[in-house]
Amino acid sequence: MKLRRLKAIAVKEVLQIWRDPRSLMIALLLPFTQMFMFGYGVNLDLKHIPVCTFDREGSQASQDLLKRFQASLYFTIAENVTTYPQLVAAINRADCRLGIIVPPDFSERLNDTGTAPVQAIVDGTDDNTANIAFGYAAAVVSSYSNAVQMAQLDRQGRTFQVVQPLQVQSRVWFNEDLESRNFIIPGLVAVIMALVGAQLTSLTISREWERGTMELLVSTPVTAGEVMFGKLIPYLLLGWLDAAFCLIIAALWFAVPFRGTLGALFLTTTLFLAVVLSIGYLLSVLIRSQIGASQIALVVTLLPAMLLSGYVFPIDQMPTFIQKLTYLMYARYYVTIIKAIFLKGSGIAELWAPMLFLVVYALAVVLLAARAFRKRLA
Amino acid sequence: MFARIMPIVIKELLELRRDKAARFLLIVPPILQMLIFGYAATFEVHHVSTAILDLDHSQESRDLIARFTSSSRFDVVEVAQSQHQINAAIDASDAAVAIVIHAGFAELLRKGQGAAVQVIVDGTNSNTAMIALGYINTIATGFAQDYAANLMQREQGARGTRQVQVTLEQRPWFNPDLNGRWFFVPGVIGTLTLIIVVNLTAFAIVREREVGTLEQIMVSPIRPVEFIVGKTVPFFLVGLGEVALVVSVGLLWFRIPFVGNPLVMLLGTTLFLLSTLAVGLLISTVCSTQQQAFSTNFFVLSPFFILSGFAFPISSMPQVLQWFTYINPLRYYLVVIRGTLLKGVGVDVLWPDFVAMAALALVLLTLSILRFRKTLE
Repeated sequence: MKLRRLKAIAVKEVLQIWRDPRSLMIALLLPFTQMFMFGYGVNLDLKHIPVCTFDREGSQASQDLLKRFQASLYFTIAENVTTYPQLVAAINRADCRLGIIVPPDFSERLNDTGTAPVQAIVDGTDDNTANIAFGYAAAVVSSYSNAVQMAQLDRQGRTFQVVQPLQVQSRVWFNEDLESRNFIIPGLVAVIMALVGAQLTSLTISREWERGTMELLVSTPVTAGEVMFGKLIPYLLLGWLDAAFCLIIAALWFAVPFRGTLGALFLTTTLFLAVVLSIGYLLSVLIRSQIGASQIALVVTLLPAMLLSGYVFPIDQMPTFIQKLTYLMYARYYVTIIKAIFLKGSGIAELWAPMLFLVVYALAVVLLAARAFRKRLA
Repeated sequence: MFARIMPIVIKELLELRRDKAARFLLIVPPILQMLIFGYAATFEVHHVSTAILDLDHSQESRDLIARFTSSSRFDVVEVAQSQHQINAAIDASDAAVAIVIHAGFAELLRKGQGAAVQVIVDGTNSNTAMIALGYINTIATGFAQDYAANLMQREQGARGTRQVQVTLEQRPWFNPDLNGRWFFVPGVIGTLTLIIVVNLTAFAIVREREVGTLEQIMVSPIRPVEFIVGKTVPFFLVGLGEVALVVSVGLLWFRIPFVGNPLVMLLGTTLFLLSTLAVGLLISTVCSTQQQAFSTNFFVLSPFFILSGFAFPISSMPQVLQWFTYINPLRYYLVVIRGTLLKGVGVDVLWPDFVAMAALALVLLTLSILRFRKTLE
């Protein structure tokens, strides 16, 4: 491989990129807009869940309980209804997601049998919100229950005894504020780079086919390998620029904690770029029309990267056969890596396994692309 | 007028029939995406990988731990012997939670001084972490209440003073098992239809413009409005077909319920298709090449797709983005689909969404027809 020829191809590619507004738009506009849109739009933190209260007793006790819901950050009282059909209508209309029903004999039960049930009705169509809303509601009721127990013991004149025998002391590691954006945004960088990388290179060879310059290229002394690497180098530089851009937005704008080292970040990002750029190149070799190549590139990268990479949906909760499928998903490895670098401060030593997968993947795709290129020329 | 529209419709349908790639793309990817979404997209936490450290080795500590191990939700992956092993397990992501019971646990319980159990949670995925913490709290509360009840009984014996407690009965509506698929699959129906219809419509017209056949059609007696109607009717039918296909996969394969009125869903689907057709049309009036159409499609469909409430609740978005969703037809259609499939509500509840979609369709159609006329001059 001659450096001079390699450089010539690279310079030609740079000129072509510069003159093609579409490539520039992909490289600059796409990451920027997607980072902000996904970054703000994809959010799993639930606050201000609208609640509808149905107090069938209207006593001091029931009002005390309902006030606790009002005071909670996680809930806002949307409506106080007085009949059951009103509650049904409110939930049907999605005016509220949670309905709290206090029974008409609430205080009586507390004094008499000792157990007073409160009903929480949740709109189950969004199962995730339902799960989390139940969790929050249970915490509110539990703390109210404790207060009532303490008051009762006080009245009975018992010396203050800790009523709650067991306390859970929980510590959250890596994402102490439990903000969904801290794990979604690093993964988002992976998804965007997968998309952008493939889009960039998906045009490069098909453009030559379409314009007829492929024949010209082949008649020169350049070898297939020099063409491939010469073409990929400018895109690698562009990819670094884009990745840096996205990562800076993640760390500085979205304030995702960054605990790793820049060296690890650079190395792993380069590996990932090698994979995605080669995949775009492979598609470009296989598909002779530019529009076809970019369409297929979009379909092959975006949805799998979003669903099967562990970006938002946790892989270990998926059915086993899908989990096996995700091993083929190259974005999965980078998502793991980047989350680990940001939140855990992991280094190369801990990340050697996913990095190895990326290396193998890159080699496989490059070999496939080289072979396909030779075949197409023949 | 009708006589001029029909030939365009027939021409478009014939082209679709001849285009094997289009037929393939209309059937196989939607089914594949349905399946992948249905199985991969989940926020449910079925099993939490757990590491356990019991430094007390008492009956009480074993009882508490047994409650975790016997629960189907906790997958014990390690029984550690030291805090160091626990830390390593969480660090290496072998375990998502760790439960640590220190020595002296049982003694504190018996003395009534209140004991603590330490829980370490890997917060990397905050959503699963919160749900896991919720499960842990439920088990801990159960243990605490049982223990306190036993203690009261033993202490008071015959007096039998009951311990007061307020409990929460959870009643999920519409989706009693809180099955994640019932949430996602209806969302996929709307999303797929939006993407397919907008793509088809935009590309069909832009292709004609690029190739030059658009000009040829315009010199014929056909009027722009008739041309647009003729072009979009086939895609309307394709859209209906897509919805039918995807709903069938949802009902038959994923066993999603259908408790509402199919006619209501049909009405909602029609209005939705009208607005998506209008979006595709509008895009086609601003693009002159297929390349541009591709990029514009992506930039328009991305926000429509993400900011619709299909996976991520609208109420969690910042206010500005929530305002955007008001012009997103998918947002309203998702309410209609979920309403008719899962909730069984009718027009009396869904009419605001119908009106919104109709308004969007009207505005967008008018805009695109006006623009279309302009681009012809």
